[in-house]
Amino acid sequence: MSDVVVAGAGMHPWGKWGRSFVQYGVHAARAALADAGVPWTDVDLVVGGETVRNGYGGYVAGSTFASALGWNGARIATSYAACATGAQAIDTARARILAGLSEVALVVGADTTPKGFLAPNAGERWDDPDWLRFRLLGMTNPAYFALYARRRMDLHGATSEDFARVKEKNSRHGLHNPHARYRKEVSAGEVLASAMVSDPLHLLDICATSDGAAAVVLCSRDYAERLGLREPVRVAAVSTVAPTFPNTVIDMPLLATDASGGAAPARTFKESLADAAYEEAGLGPEDVDVAEVYDLSTALELDWIEDLGLCKPGEAEVLLRAGDTTIGGRIPVNPSGGLACFGEAVPAQAIAQVCELTWQLRGQATGRQVEGARVGITANQGLFGHGSSVILTR
Amino acid sequence: MTATPAIEGWFTTDPEPALTADRCTTCGTVFFPPTAAATGFCRNPGCDGETFESASLSRRGTVWSYTDAQYRPPAPYVPATDPYEPFALAAVELPEGLVVLGQVAEGFGVADLRVGAEVEVVVETLHVEQTDDGPVERTIWRWRPIAPARAEEVVA
Repeated sequence: MSDVVVAGAGMHPWGKWGRSFVQYGVHAARAALADAGVPWTDVDLVVGGETVRNGYGGYVAGSTFASALGWNGARIATSYAACATGAQAIDTARARILAGLSEVALVVGADTTPKGFLAPNAGERWDDPDWLRFRLLGMTNPAYFALYARRRMDLHGATSEDFARVKEKNSRHGLHNPHARYRKEVSAGEVLASAMVSDPLHLLDICATSDGAAAVVLCSRDYAERLGLREPVRVAAVSTVAPTFPNTVIDMPLLATDASGGAAPARTFKESLADAAYEEAGLGPEDVDVAEVYDLSTALELDWIEDLGLCKPGEAEVLLRAGDTTIGGRIPVNPSGGLACFGEAVPAQAIAQVCELTWQLRGQATGRQVEGARVGITANQGLFGHGSSVILTR
Repeated sequence: MTATPAIEGWFTTDPEPALTADRCTTCGTVFFPPTAAATGFCRNPGCDGETFESASLSRRGTVWSYTDAQYRPPAPYVPATDPYEPFALAAVELPEGLVVLGQVAEGFGVADLRVGAEVEVVVETLHVEQTDDGPVERTIWRWRPIAPARAEEVVA
């Protein structure tokens, strides 16, 4: 399979800026185009990550960004896959480039998010599990994260201190990241002293919601050569596989799992996301130099490390305590600072992971560089069977 | 005050209540919540079944994990009390091989639970709703610990 090249990456800083998602998206798009040295008029495909909180313009995000950049006759598409939206948008662009149907694609995700718990859409919707979980159980997003965290504690001996140390590590990683919202060192003690939200998770164990935008310019190998890119970062895999029945791990926003009927599947959904990426790339966990994983909570980062095969189940705390997942360690995780430093901007987040790995693999991640990184992997999971894992190589 | 389930058909309200699943009559897979019959298709990818029967799930299971809600969840959650009182939540693995979420029975918190502990389903008041016919008690299934999970804490 011929490669797709990441020609450029760009972001709008994460934060609470009170502006339109369109402004954030165009800012990120222009930054990515400038980074690539690609004129907007060359782009023949725009894929937008849909945002569900910004009216019609958000539903047709690809069109919204293309229009704001100035109609240039490119084809447009919009993707929605919950938290995996950005990866699915990248996958759409990549597939058209691999098929020879497009040469240069711009992929953009941007969002504005409200403060506090993410709540379902308004109205009485008795057939919507995302509404029912609040109405019948009062089951918030952090409560799901807390279930996974508590299971780590009771089964693997993880402690609240371990979770707090993940935040401490990521806060240090993100300290010099100009795109991060929180650039302040947070000690494990501060995490443990913050309010308990859903036992065992404290407020500082849980990621915030943010405004933000990320964009990448993807192109064919031929176009990259004409652009004069030497040793470019390449997309080696984009995995957006669905779960396999029976899915026996409780997933947000569902009220129950499938019944296993006595036969548990060989891999969990999150394990299968990474497995499909490794298979597509022809690589394995032993080849990975750096990982950006979806730390919606501190404890979830530890789950992902195992789901990516970077250690055996129940051993992520060992890596953490040994400093292996810190920059300078054996397998640095979330050198960007992760969601702990960004806060989640749903349709932008999976693209932001790819931006960070692009800079890491180019050696341009000033102040947070993983030295000599050649292979990076992302991991992410969203609602309703969506998730993604992207592998970049250089 | 009359008492009605907060949602129809998901659990029974007799003295020994149970969760109600839809069972595919072709492959025997059970589905909870019981929404498979209304959809009309079995979600087992190896089954083309389209007919279902109601089946009561086991009343007892083991805790897969647990947590609590220290802050009031946003609407459409309806707080049972003012001021808000935190409550615990558990994911419970049933012998049928599925894990079902539920609030934890009144009077029990995270200190009464651990992964693997045995619990059973009970029906309790979720909240009281003001209707044109007066107040109506809305009920919900909950998980109640069967034995003290942490004997030393109970003693203390």
